[in-house]
Order: sequence, then C-alpha cells, then structure tokens
Amino acid sequence: MGRYVIKRVLLVIPTLLGAAALVFVLMRLVPGDVCVVRLGSSGGTFDPKAIALCHAELGMDRPVLVQFLDFVWGFLRLDFGTSMWSGAPVTSEIWARLPISLEIAILATVIAIAIAIPLGAISAIKQNTWIDIVVRVFAVGGIATPSFWLGIVSLLIVLDVTSALFGAPWMPPIEYVPIWQDPLRNLSMAVLPAVTVGYRYAAVSMRMTRSAMLEVMQEDYIRTARAKGLMNKLIINRHALKNALLPVVTLIGIEFAFLIGGLVVTEQVFNLNGVGRLFVQAVQNQDYTLTQALVMLTVMVFVICNLIVDLLYAWLDPRIRFS
Amino acid sequence: MATNIGTIGLSPVATDQGPKRLSRTRRLFRFFRRELLGTFGLLLVVVTAATGLCAELLAPYNPTANDFGAMMEAPSWEHLLGTDQFGRDLLSRIIYGARTAMIVGLSSAVVGGTIGLVMGVASAYFGGKTDLILQRVFDVFMAFPLIIMALAVVAIFGTGVQNVIIAITIPLIPRCARVVRSSALAIREVPYVDAARALGFGHARIILCHMVPNVMAPFLIMVTAFVGQAVLAEASLSYLGLGVQEPVPAWGLMLQGGAEEYASSAPWIAIFPGVAIVLSVLGINLFGDALRDTLDPKLRKR
Repeated sequence: MGRYVIKRVLLVIPTLLGAAALVFVLMRLVPGDVCVVRLGSSGGTFDPKAIALCHAELGMDRPVLVQFLDFVWGFLRLDFGTSMWSGAPVTSEIWARLPISLEIAILATVIAIAIAIPLGAISAIKQNTWIDIVVRVFAVGGIATPSFWLGIVSLLIVLDVTSALFGAPWMPPIEYVPIWQDPLRNLSMAVLPAVTVGYRYAAVSMRMTRSAMLEVMQEDYIRTARAKGLMNKLIINRHALKNALLPVVTLIGIEFAFLIGGLVVTEQVFNLNGVGRLFVQAVQNQDYTLTQALVMLTVMVFVICNLIVDLLYAWLDPRIRFS
Repeated sequence: MATNIGTIGLSPVATDQGPKRLSRTRRLFRFFRRELLGTFGLLLVVVTAATGLCAELLAPYNPTANDFGAMMEAPSWEHLLGTDQFGRDLLSRIIYGARTAMIVGLSSAVVGGTIGLVMGVASAYFGGKTDLILQRVFDVFMAFPLIIMALAVVAIFGTGVQNVIIAITIPLIPRCARVVRSSALAIREVPYVDAARALGFGHARIILCHMVPNVMAPFLIMVTAFVGQAVLAEASLSYLGLGVQEPVPAWGLMLQGGAEEYASSAPWIAIFPGVAIVLSVLGINLFGDALRDTLDPKLRKR
C-alpha cells in the first residue's frame, strides 16, 4: 500500500507539469501579440517603445524556458500575477469568488449522491419494473438536459409559482452571504443552482450504481448468501451495495471535477458572481493571465480529485492494496 | 420485416453475396426489434439530421429576418412556436439550429474520434517508450474538463462555428485514444498481427488495415457518445456567448440574453430551443446505449 501511494502521488507531478506546459504554450499561441491586444484595447497607437515596455513588464523579453520556469514557480507559490483587465492580483480575484462556487459544488454533490445511490440501487433490485423504468428515464433525461436550460426553466417556474401564490414574483438572491450569517438567505441562493448542476451528476451516478449493482447481484457470493438463508435486506446492504459502490466512488470523484465545467454555465444563468463566471469574463475580456490561472486551478482540482479517488479505491478494495 | 428480407434475398445483386447481405439486414432488424428505445433514439437522430439537411425546404420563414411587427408573439398558426424579441420565427430558427448542432456535433465527434482512434491504436501497436509518452500526453489532456479546455481554445482562437469545432475536437481526442488503446492492446498479441509483421508489412498498413477494423466496436460507441457531448458543449459555449455567433441560428445562442430577460412574459423563447437540445441529445444517447449493448456483449443488459 505504501509503495502504491508513493507511486500514485509521484505520477501527479508529470501530469501537472505537462498541463502547465500546455497552458503556457496555448496562451502563447494567441494570434498576434498579447501586448498589441492589450494596448489596442485602450485605443493607443502601436508605439514600438510602448510594446517593448509592455514586453519587459510581462517578462516576455526573456528566454522562453526562463518564462516557463517562472510561470511554474509562480504557480507553486500560488502567485499568478495580476489580472490584465482589472489590474488586481489574480489570487485575490479568485479567492473572493471561491466560497460561492465551492458551496454550490458541495451542495450539488450531496444532493446528487443522496438521490443517485438509493435510486440506482432500487432500480437494479426492481429491474424491469415501473420503478426501474422511471429511474432510467430520469437518468437518461439528466444526461441529455443542458444545465443552463434547466436553470432557466426552473427560474421560470419559481417566478410563475411565487407570483401566483404571493402575488409578487420572487427571485433567488444573487448577493453572497456566508451560511453562518444568514443560513436561509444563503441556501435560498445556492439550492436552485446546486439542483440544476447536480441533476446531470445524479443521473450519471445513478446509471453507474444501477449497472454496478446488477453486476454484483449476479456474483457467486450473493447466491451463497441467499443459499445460507440471509435476509434480503442484509444481502443488499452488507454484500451487494458495498461492493457495487466501488465504481460509483470513482465516478463521483471524477464527476466532481466536471462540476466546475457545469458551474461555468450555471453561474451565468443565476447571475452568481463565482469562479465560473470569472472564467467566462476572463475569456470574454481576453485576460490571459486570469484565464491561464483559472485553467491551471481547474486542472489541479481535477488531478487532485483523481488522486483522492485512486487512493480511496485502493483503500476500499483490498485487491488493489495488496497487489 | 420478413418480406423485406425476402426482397433483398431475391434481388440479383444480393444473390452473389447472399449470406453476408442477409445477415447484415437481419442483424439490423434484430437491432430494431430488440432495442426499441435505441430505435426511437435513432429515429430522433435521423429526424434532427434530416431537419438540418433540408432546413431550406422545411423552415417557413427566413431564420435571420427580423419582423418588428411580430415581436414576441405567442405560438399561433402563423408562427407555430412563436417569435422572439426581434420577431424572428422560432420554428425556423430551431430548424436551422439543427444544422449548426449537427455540423458541430458530427464533425467534432468524427474528427476527434478518428484522430484518437489512430493515436490509440498506434500507441498500443508501438508499445514501449512511444506508448509511455503518448499515455502521459493523454493524461495531461484528460486533466482538462471538456468545457474548460474548449473555453481555453476559444480564448485563443476566438469564436465562430469553425473555432467551436476545433475547441470541442481537441478534448475529445485523448478520451477516444484512451479507450481504443486498451482494446488495441489485446489485438496486438493476436497471431495475425505477428503474421502481418512477418510478411514485412509497414507499420501504417498493419495499424490501418489489421488493427483499426478490430477496434471498431468501442470506437463507434465512443463516437456516438461524443456527438451528444459535442452538441451539449456547443450549446453551452454558444449560450455563454463564446461559441457560434449571431446571426447564425444555434440552439444555445437562442437561449442567451433575450430568453432569460423575457422568460416570464414570453416563455416559449426559453422553452423550445431547450426542448430541441434535449430531444436531439436524448436520441443520440439512447441510440448509443443500444449500440453499446449490441456491439459489446459483455455490457449487454441482463
């Protein structure tokens, strides 16, 4: 186990370095000169001196390798430079918007797991009954529905229902309030986006739970448990579900990183000032420092999620631990 | 069904290669009979593709023509799905949007899948250092969630249909290569590949003629799933204003801006384009699931 952990942790380094190199190269593939874009946006003429000054300021007059090492070094210190658009340090721009995105992501995960595992298991146990069909339709729908459209429709429903009930339409608040200050206001803001972005997540996990459960139910040890007269409830809870959850754990970990992608779109729908929205703004404003920092952060979250999943898997599954 | 098979069996062309033809037709019919949901999915896909293909014939109005005398009109006989805030006919825009969705979805899935297929098989075939390096490269690309990678590419190349296709194709490549590689690893050990090598065939010939046809099943399953993912990604990018640009009609774009603003007074603007996205992606996914069950016996539904 110890060797496996070390090997797996070390594998993260080349992936992150590779991702850093890719982001570094991508951001330098920008057609034309970043400085021309930057100076052009303020309406100035392209004075060669100004461009040289801008190059020196961004450190672009140094050798490429030095620039790359500097980029990686900055990344290690969580210092991503200043936003080309707002001029504020990138770290503080992200930091200010992190709580809201993190809260929605966690809430979405909790909602998704709470729905997916029981429903997926029931669907497998009651295979080919109406419950199974309803669950499967719900799951297939979740994979086909774009989260932003679900967001728009759910807002529409909330608007219509509240205006019919109270006479005045109600909209979820968009200003972030920490949960310990005003839990009601905080949750009323976060629940709808979390459900919207979590539906897909729940759908994918539900399908996985169902198929893993179906597979496990065919195993010999389940038949043995049945043969020795164990109660159905015990068989399902203690033998089947526990084993079926292994692949589901993997999926939940991997999909968590995909949530970030979902948040980019969902925050736009609900007008929430989170990291996802910042990402869209960074791309719209051609703010390359901010974009590369956000891409790198997403990659880091993704890689760490994968690492945790693999380690958890090894811990849960003795076959990996001892091989 | 039986008459159809009979007709084909009696036709002079089919008698030459009778058994093969027959078995393929029969297989197709067996698919339709066994996979009802999959057939329904295929039907949805065919309808979407046909709509996109024949948009000029089907659309009752010009999708980009503003009609300020008929702004935000509710669905009626004149405008079956109503009009948007510029008086453009929603049905026509959805019909033309099918074309954009299919162009982006199919081309990114096919191009990304094919590059991934060749890279995955090559990685398995060459093995050793090449495999190791390619694997690490796939790892790096896979570390970017699809939409994030697509956004990064759009940030560099800019918006528009062509760039959206590039932006969605790139993240799909390693995803396909990964899956194909694992299937190809088993095929590398098969005697006929050794035989081909012993006969002195070139690498390209062995990869393309002997290995690629044998990983078609996982490849087709992947590409089908990719079409759905690409359609959703295009819609998301366009919704964010970073994908297809006005005046090109695209479903995601139709939900941007106006749809939210006018949603309470003109809900049809917000509802119908979304329904189009859901139905087309649903069709692709249902068909993909059925295809997987048919092509991969290990995963067949119990």
